[in-house]
Amino acid sequence: METAAIQLKNLTKTFGSVVANDKVNLEIRHGEILALLGENGSGKTTLMNMLSGIYYPDGGEIFVNGKEVIIDSPSDAFDLGIGMIHQHFKLVEVLTAAENMVLGIKEKGRLNIKAIGEKMRAICEQYGFNIDPDKKIYDMSVSEKQTVEIVKMLYRGAEILILDEPTAVLTPQETEKLFAVLRNMRKDGKAVVIITHKLNEVMELSDRVSVLRKGVHVGDLITAETNPQELTNLMVGRSITLNIERTQCENPVKRLEIRNLSCVNDDGVTVLDNINFDAFGGEVLGIAGISGCGQKELLEGIAGLQKVSGSIIFYPVDGSEPQNINGKSPMDIIKHGISLSFVPEDRLGMGLIGNMDLADNMMLRSYNKGKLPFVDKKTPAELAEKVVDELEVVTPGINVPVRNLSGGNVQKILVGREIASQPTVLMSAYAVRGLDINTSYTIYNLMNEQKKRGAAVIYVGEDLDVLVELCDRILVLCGGKVSGIVDGRTTSKEEVGLLMTSHGGKKGGY
Amino acid sequence: MDTFLNFVVASVLAATPLLFGTLGEILTEKSGHLNLGVEGMMFMGGVAGLAGTYYYEQAISEPNKFVAAFIGVFCAFLCAMFGALIYSFLTITLRANQNVTGLALTTFGTGFGNFFGEILGTAAGGYVSVGTVIKAAFDEGIPVLKDIPIIGKLLFGYNFMVYAAVALAILLSWFLSKTKTGLNLRAVGESPATADAAGIPVTLYKYVATCIGGGICGLGGLYIVMNSANGTGGVWVHNSISGYGWLAVAIVIFATWNPIKAIVCSLVIGSLSILPYYYPISFIPSAIYEIFPYLATVAVLIMIIFRKKKNNLPPASLGLAYFREER
Repeated sequence: METAAIQLKNLTKTFGSVVANDKVNLEIRHGEILALLGENGSGKTTLMNMLSGIYYPDGGEIFVNGKEVIIDSPSDAFDLGIGMIHQHFKLVEVLTAAENMVLGIKEKGRLNIKAIGEKMRAICEQYGFNIDPDKKIYDMSVSEKQTVEIVKMLYRGAEILILDEPTAVLTPQETEKLFAVLRNMRKDGKAVVIITHKLNEVMELSDRVSVLRKGVHVGDLITAETNPQELTNLMVGRSITLNIERTQCENPVKRLEIRNLSCVNDDGVTVLDNINFDAFGGEVLGIAGISGCGQKELLEGIAGLQKVSGSIIFYPVDGSEPQNINGKSPMDIIKHGISLSFVPEDRLGMGLIGNMDLADNMMLRSYNKGKLPFVDKKTPAELAEKVVDELEVVTPGINVPVRNLSGGNVQKILVGREIASQPTVLMSAYAVRGLDINTSYTIYNLMNEQKKRGAAVIYVGEDLDVLVELCDRILVLCGGKVSGIVDGRTTSKEEVGLLMTSHGGKKGGY
Repeated sequence: MDTFLNFVVASVLAATPLLFGTLGEILTEKSGHLNLGVEGMMFMGGVAGLAGTYYYEQAISEPNKFVAAFIGVFCAFLCAMFGALIYSFLTITLRANQNVTGLALTTFGTGFGNFFGEILGTAAGGYVSVGTVIKAAFDEGIPVLKDIPIIGKLLFGYNFMVYAAVALAILLSWFLSKTKTGLNLRAVGESPATADAAGIPVTLYKYVATCIGGGICGLGGLYIVMNSANGTGGVWVHNSISGYGWLAVAIVIFATWNPIKAIVCSLVIGSLSILPYYYPISFIPSAIYEIFPYLATVAVLIMIIFRKKKNNLPPASLGLAYFREER
């Protein structure tokens, strides 16, 4: 057998008291695509960060091409031909694609942008990319940025490419293109590692799968000899029934009536075009659509965070006069019982404050409650304890700044807090994005509980399977327009998928 | 006509220390560090330059003006760099708050300058002053050329530091836009995490840029102390820097972090500062002119807010500490 491109032996890394990687053994081979599979917080990214020099391992050995190495910094990793494409792109926005190529390269000689452009074009041609070397990064779409990242690694002569959840931000078409490129690289003899928790991608693309569970390496499998069920079992450690509970709607009451809602963003682009729908208490309304089709603006518009035109009529629970809440301040809208738990792409951006601890973040919803001018610290602390407990948040304690937690755990805290406020209308976007299967189910159950309680739940989701199983009705957005509202019980994934692309308008990007 | 000519010349002379301070701060800020200690570093540079040339003069019977100029520049640069080094250690290695550290450096530098300035004076028996040869080194224009009527006065009549400042601005602009090292430095200031992942030694870049930037600021101080344009050359005057450092910090924004624009901007601000002496308007108090630079800064800041394009913005990570393993 030929020597592995990279071999990891007993690699260990701890953060505080949390063990992110516990004696992991792994082998990466040339001419092969390895899928690194695991739930959130299972230590996939941490493990790869040790290869790319971002983290320094606490124990264990790394062998590259059979020789033991010490990777002390990203520059060491480059010298060994290891290139990692991070989930959050490492690009300098104000520089052009070509300028980003040469950052940190230890070549002698003058800066020759033209020559760099030529070399980039050659790489693009070889692997089937399309990128303009002179375009500034801030003018690029997400998929273009990712392409620049990949080209950058190839430009630097990376032989081992690590991609951290590369498809999370891509449309299906873009994903297909990426996969084609990765296959080209495999043909070229490069070693490719793709970090993911999407089983269909693993099955479609990879040659081998390594599974991590809670920081422990639990298995190596040949993709062709395994199946999704086996992988799921390995990943979660126990078999999970794929059925999401869906209770019957009990006497739905109209809570929100949205009419002619439109929104033009800062760049003058119409992102919402004449949206009409109703939301009922005791019902889960799903919103489907390709990322960036106006979901964000719609929710923010209702929550009073985004300027929109049209009317948003709210029917209060006490049966008093319905009123138009468009144009009211977010504070007024929250007082009506409309709660937004929006999980943005960067998770922390909205809703939580990274530098504050769990308890203080809980307080963001209740700081103005109570009569005395002093804040009540006890109730939020109890709530934080409760959320940590019920949603199984992995944290050293409730006095830890939120930014120190992993993405999935941050999300649990955000969703947990929003649900705790017992809202009349609960809006959640991407509530399970990046969460592991178990926690996702916890969240679904919480949504169902709210529905039973009589809240109108608006659930923006990405996973069509989940939408079809969880929601009573599904509103499909396409390019800022409603392309259809379907019944969740009778519709199929294919129908929704078709509606998502039926206008054929905007594709990709945000 | 003569008044105008004198006004232009005086503007250039007043603009030069501002340009030094601005260039130093631009280099510093491009590494992502906001050093508010420009004023302090100017004090340190000024007093060290004066001390260097003064002791050189004392030690040698016939001082050479070229050697004197070199010693002045060398001492000023080194001493201001020492101030910047303290700042660097605190903000880069220890990741202290940059604003607070910068303000502390200004306080420290002001005290440092005045303290050693007074000591020099006391030791010299009253006040410290360098001789005519050394004064000339920091005042004289280019021989022969400066005697051409009008053009000579306008273009060749300045001391060497004026030309050095302009050359430095052009050099810095070229460095930032056309060299790999400059590109790397900008990456460090924009996104240290990206730079780090690209294998750029972030800490080293930050240290070098901040220290050299500080040294350049110090030259501005040297100029203020040694040049006679403001009436007192080569003498230590208590609190002589008097706000020039703060003006430089403002001009960095006014010039939108562009060294070439910095030449024009410091000239504008410099001319405003001496305008009342040449074209006095009786009903306007001269203090009003001192407000202009800050008004210009506010105007630029407002302009930046309304800009859609991402060019000419401050370095994205300006003022933020960087730690690789932070999550």
